[in-house]
Amino acid sequence: MASRGIRDQVAVIGMGCTRFGELWNKGVDDLLTDATTEAVASVPGLELADIDAFWLGTMTSGVCGTTLSRPLKIDYKPVTRVENYCATGSEAFRNACYAVASGAYDTAMAIGVEKLKDTGFSGLTGIRLVGDGTDPGLSSPAAFSFLAPSYAKKYGVDRDQLKEVMSRIAFKNHKNGARNPRAQFQKEVSMETITKAPLVAGDLGVFDCSGVSDGSAAAIICRVEDAHRYCDNPLYVKALAFVAGPAAGPIDPEYDYTTFEEVVRSAADAYAQAGITDPRAQLAMAEVHDCFTPTELVLMEDLGFAERGTAWKEVLAGTFDRDGELPVNPDGGLKSFGHPIGASGLRMLFECWLQLRGEAPPDRQIDTVGPGRTLGLTHNLGGAPGEGVSFVGIVGTELG
Amino acid sequence: MTAGITAWGTYLPYWRLQRAAIAGVLGSGGGRGTRSVASHDEDTTTLGVEAGRHALATGPGAGAVQDLFLSTPDPGYLDKTSATTVHAALGLGRGCGAYDFTGSSRSAVGALLLTLGTAGSGGRTTLTVVSDLRTGLAGSAEERDSGDGAAAIVCGPDGAVAELIGRGVASDEFLDRWRVPGEGDSHVWEERFGEEMYVPLAREAFAAALKDAGLAEGDVDHAVVAGLHGRAVKAVSKGLGVRDGVLAPDLSGAVGNLGAAQAAVALCDVLERARPGQVIVVLSLADGADALVLRTNEALTVAQAARAEAGVPSVAEQVAAGRDDLPYATFLTWRGQLRREPPRRPDPERPGAPTVHRSEEWKYAFVGSRCLVCGFRHMPPTRACLSCHTIDQMQPERLADVPGTVATFTIDHLAFSLSPPVVGVIVDFDGGGRYRCEMTDVVASELSIGDRVSMTFRRVWTAQGVHNYFWKARPAVERVGETEQGA
Repeated sequence: MASRGIRDQVAVIGMGCTRFGELWNKGVDDLLTDATTEAVASVPGLELADIDAFWLGTMTSGVCGTTLSRPLKIDYKPVTRVENYCATGSEAFRNACYAVASGAYDTAMAIGVEKLKDTGFSGLTGIRLVGDGTDPGLSSPAAFSFLAPSYAKKYGVDRDQLKEVMSRIAFKNHKNGARNPRAQFQKEVSMETITKAPLVAGDLGVFDCSGVSDGSAAAIICRVEDAHRYCDNPLYVKALAFVAGPAAGPIDPEYDYTTFEEVVRSAADAYAQAGITDPRAQLAMAEVHDCFTPTELVLMEDLGFAERGTAWKEVLAGTFDRDGELPVNPDGGLKSFGHPIGASGLRMLFECWLQLRGEAPPDRQIDTVGPGRTLGLTHNLGGAPGEGVSFVGIVGTELG
Repeated sequence: MTAGITAWGTYLPYWRLQRAAIAGVLGSGGGRGTRSVASHDEDTTTLGVEAGRHALATGPGAGAVQDLFLSTPDPGYLDKTSATTVHAALGLGRGCGAYDFTGSSRSAVGALLLTLGTAGSGGRTTLTVVSDLRTGLAGSAEERDSGDGAAAIVCGPDGAVAELIGRGVASDEFLDRWRVPGEGDSHVWEERFGEEMYVPLAREAFAAALKDAGLAEGDVDHAVVAGLHGRAVKAVSKGLGVRDGVLAPDLSGAVGNLGAAQAAVALCDVLERARPGQVIVVLSLADGADALVLRTNEALTVAQAARAEAGVPSVAEQVAAGRDDLPYATFLTWRGQLRREPPRRPDPERPGAPTVHRSEEWKYAFVGSRCLVCGFRHMPPTRACLSCHTIDQMQPERLADVPGTVATFTIDHLAFSLSPPVVGVIVDFDGGGRYRCEMTDVVASELSIGDRVSMTFRRVWTAQGVHNYFWKARPAVERVGETEQGA
């Protein structure tokens, strides 16, 4: 029994991604229609009717497959709605890839959507199940805020310095988003503004939190042997790894809030599938789940981009800047691109689609992509520290 | 075989309002001293649970209780019994009765008299919990002079520390203090009228009780006079004819008049100081007057020592431990007198009745589970072990009285609360097990990793007419002896 992966069996041949943000004039139907239309148009000679099956990811913006087939008037095709918290978009993609790799379908589309800004509430409100009233009901920023003091304590970083590290992550992602016309926040923000912002939970200020956003993104896939019928430069799927943890964190005294075991496990699986031994050198870029700034800090270590206890120094040194050694979230990340839950995983893939194939606008094209460095990583985290799910995917422009 | 009171416990909330703070905001009113204030997450049911825990920490304990009576003028529910909530939170047996005596202060005395009588004749062990949470309109004497608190008294057929040796009653129908169901504030008739009604009633009841016990005024060693009519209580106290120093100290300057709980809290305070062979009289003025005469015995000394050993807080300790910097605006907010802008977050949903019932032991009694194979402790209880993955080899374990340590914490400005910000803590329990919960009775800026906490039963919120009760962490009241033992 083993996780074998489907390396080089499936290719992405077209993609679409709406602008993310407070889209007061766009409903779920509009977002799905816009992302689908752009994705289909990106594949010459392909029409929506040519797609055999659909995987729709959304956490709260719809329930069954008709959420997609009704607005697009898709005629009697399989549409599967999936949900896996903040990894929902990646989960739609993963399952669509397996369907094509299995030979069940020739083409499939994975699409993610979320319409968060219609609730009128601050932050995320999540899915409400009938409960026994014993859940402490902490907000997402509060759940993730446990990371900061724990990391600082474990590695001897003083609290002010860690706040600077967190601010530096937000600063970088806002700087990247400022160049991205699809991002929610297209403005650079000064370190001082970030650091002095009002607190939301623990040491997390407003600028340490990702943008609550509306948006949609879609990918069209087919078998590798068919890819060149549609596309000269497809993206090949190298790895798809996903784990759900036993939610040990809140009940295990051993858990110290400085790592996500789910990420460590899913990354190890993904690297094995893709044959990666030195992710920091072999990857040309990474799109990671920066829901809150300390999350991105911890992810740099869990994904093997930095040694334990050193990511904070690497952040300050600019290692993960757009022009750094390994660009992380060159599109602005959840932080400034925005985080419409079901769409985020596919938005990350969209940035790999642009960057690895050299199609990003010149003012934000990363320069790490080149011979021998053709891989990009996408990462989603769902849940909270110690009690979540994690997805790691790897795509590349070359076979083998 | 001595029937009577076998154990007792009290609970005074942590917070105090300085009466001067009222004048500071309203420009008038106020006064000297402080009143006790139930927190935003406390009600008469939770106050009663805490008092009950203190009563059951020593003496016959939870397993011996055959009937539970909860008396309060301010019940959490009508139609639904609140005593069953207390029963569940205290982990009492399924075969133990649970009944409410609600409506008036006099019910509290009635409940206690009934249980003392039952202990003697029927031989049943009972737990009587009396609880009150009192307020009034902003700036009123009622708001200023009253207080919140609870007492719990165990009566049984054997092992009593004090037995009932006399009783006197004087009932009368007149209008002194009243509320129509649904009203939040009491109406009070002209003070002089009540005083003239109460004084002769109290004298009659006191005289009848002494006669019943075959004693004279000079035989009384401790006298408690209680009632919501302050002037009448003072007048009656002066004219009792007992020796100097016999009148129990008036706690109302520090904690306010505890209403239905006042007499029982004062009696507990006396039991914590009395010696064997003494005579205690409790005289309660509430729509008439009731007098109880009790005599202590040698078992009292043993009980007092056991309580000290177990670290059960005395009334005097709880009076002294109060925190008196509660802002008046916060007090008004907690009591629903000041409507504040809520966070832009969804209101909580009421919990599901079947969902709650399935997790009754966890939610109400804070019972986790320990794996019989590897010993890992789970909160909430689970069927599959996190550590060794064995399924259905679990032993239930009540953790309500197990202290813990703050592993880490956060201050949540976004989460729903009647009193934001919410303080979230990760607690590692002594003897194993971790739980993430809300922390209460704490000023967030004063909390540190490594702080010691204990669990307390609270009303987390009320949604669509359903009170959501559960446990929270609160700063532990560490006693010197325990700290030394731990080191």
